[in-house]
Amino acid sequence: MSTVATRKPSVGTPIPADGGPARSRRKRRQILGRNPIGMLFSAPYLLFVLAVFAYPLVFAVWMSFHDYFFAAPGAQIDRAFVGLDNFREVLSDPAIIRSFGNVGIFLLINVPLTVVLSLVLATALNKAVRFRTFLRVAYFVPYITASVAVVGVWLFLFNGSGLVNQLLGPLAPSPTWLINSAWAMPIIALFVTWKQLGFFILLYLAALQNVSEELYEAASTDGAGKIRSFFSITVPGVRPATVLVLLLATVTGANLFTEPYLLTGGGGPNGASTSPVLLMYQRGIEQGSPDTAAAIGVLLVIGVLIIAFVQRKLAGGDES
Amino acid sequence: MNRTQKIIRGVVLGVGAFVFLFPFYYMVVGSLQASPDPTVAGAFPNPANLTLDNYAAINGRIDLLQGLVNSGIFAGGVILGTVVFGVLVGYALAQLQWRGRGVTFALALLVQVVPFQLLMIPLYVLIARDYGLADNYLGMILPFAINSTAVIVFRQYFLQLPKELFDAARIDGAGELKLLWSIALPLVRPALLTVVLLTFIGPWNEFLWPFLVTKDAALQPLAVSLANYLSNVASSAANPFGAILAGACVLAAPAVLIFILFQRHFVSTNIGSGVKG
Repeated sequence: MSTVATRKPSVGTPIPADGGPARSRRKRRQILGRNPIGMLFSAPYLLFVLAVFAYPLVFAVWMSFHDYFFAAPGAQIDRAFVGLDNFREVLSDPAIIRSFGNVGIFLLINVPLTVVLSLVLATALNKAVRFRTFLRVAYFVPYITASVAVVGVWLFLFNGSGLVNQLLGPLAPSPTWLINSAWAMPIIALFVTWKQLGFFILLYLAALQNVSEELYEAASTDGAGKIRSFFSITVPGVRPATVLVLLLATVTGANLFTEPYLLTGGGGPNGASTSPVLLMYQRGIEQGSPDTAAAIGVLLVIGVLIIAFVQRKLAGGDES
Repeated sequence: MNRTQKIIRGVVLGVGAFVFLFPFYYMVVGSLQASPDPTVAGAFPNPANLTLDNYAAINGRIDLLQGLVNSGIFAGGVILGTVVFGVLVGYALAQLQWRGRGVTFALALLVQVVPFQLLMIPLYVLIARDYGLADNYLGMILPFAINSTAVIVFRQYFLQLPKELFDAARIDGAGELKLLWSIALPLVRPALLTVVLLTFIGPWNEFLWPFLVTKDAALQPLAVSLANYLSNVASSAANPFGAILAGACVLAAPAVLIFILFQRHFVSTNIGSGVKG
């Protein structure tokens, strides 16, 4: 947990018995704090949070319970309260249910792969002496490159006559990867793992600095091998980072949009790789039912919260 | 450490580096090929097959320079808003005492876990429809105008400055804005650069939001126009992959170059503290 530095209000200077201006200043200080100008400094940020996060958040939930549709700006329209109708519509739509299932497949591949690969590479990198800078740059480059740019290369690599199939020869799946309903989602999960891994390696590298070297020395004198000490010292030592990596990887997965939109031409084949956010775009903006889209969004967030809660329980987040 | 373990570690790290870098190498090679060569031999460029035609071809369909300018305006607006307002609130959170400070800090942490997908539809309704800011730089910038991670990083850096420094200047009668400008800011200048670099990456690579609010090709950031080319136009081009990869190189180059030039500023602890708060 992060610690929030709170400073005790300092004891004011003794005030003259007759009160007067000093007392009113003290009173103002009690209400507004010692440096009221801090409020002025924070006002733009607070306004921003209110306008871009708080209000839209409430608006999204409100929208999901009403019959909402696009209208000309300024027109006064009665938006009828429809209760759970939008949610009923969402939950009875097989395409939407399928998109949630797709995120499930995505998470089952992406999350374990991310945790294992980033921890292994971070541990190896932590002890590496030569080429450290080069390796760090190499691992981080996909993370700082636009998805749209690297999607281009992946399309080239994984298309029917692409390099991957050339290497695999007769082992290449047919139809090829991104238009094969069994492979489309796993390839997207692989793409996202590859792209985000550098960030998680850096998180683990930072966490590894907090694992005491003495523990390894003690284990070594007790005769534990490298593999044994990796599992009994490193893995428990970076548990707080693992909880964070699990959460961030899950949130990234739930936010999936660019990859199915571009890699598989909008969630194809036959919806095998649609994601809820992609459907929110298609239903909400292309087909003009923002209320349905808002309901998908609310359900998605509830789903993420449940998964995050379960992960925290399983990974023992209470200790962090 | 014995020899075998060293070799295994070297192999793991080497394979990792190859897997991360090969697609980038292939992107550059592919963008220079006159005709697409997806065979294994195609990964080793044949000088006779190299050309800059693909860059000309993509530039004929989408105005690369205009796209770069639009991406730059988008990223620049976000950086400006984050640096100006983020520094103000970061300083107030770290060095000033005022009512609502705890709540403001809690909000800055909370905002990071609010998923953008839930906000996407209402923000689109508000910004593109109600405020009429579709096809407008302001509408593009607004949802990202102040990066909350940056606010927390700024607070962290201002917290490390000794309080006595400020108290002394206050006794001399300096105003808070002057304190911030002439004492606090010069001391955190390296941090400022890190935050600018980290803030730059977000909007430069952002696709979903500018894609939603810009339909006018003359205003689209490069990521959006390249994605539109990829999903609509590419199939009609003579060498679609060459053109796509040429566009991808142009989009990726600024971010990658900045990262390599300033890589020591992207220190793990900065990023870690930014995320963990």
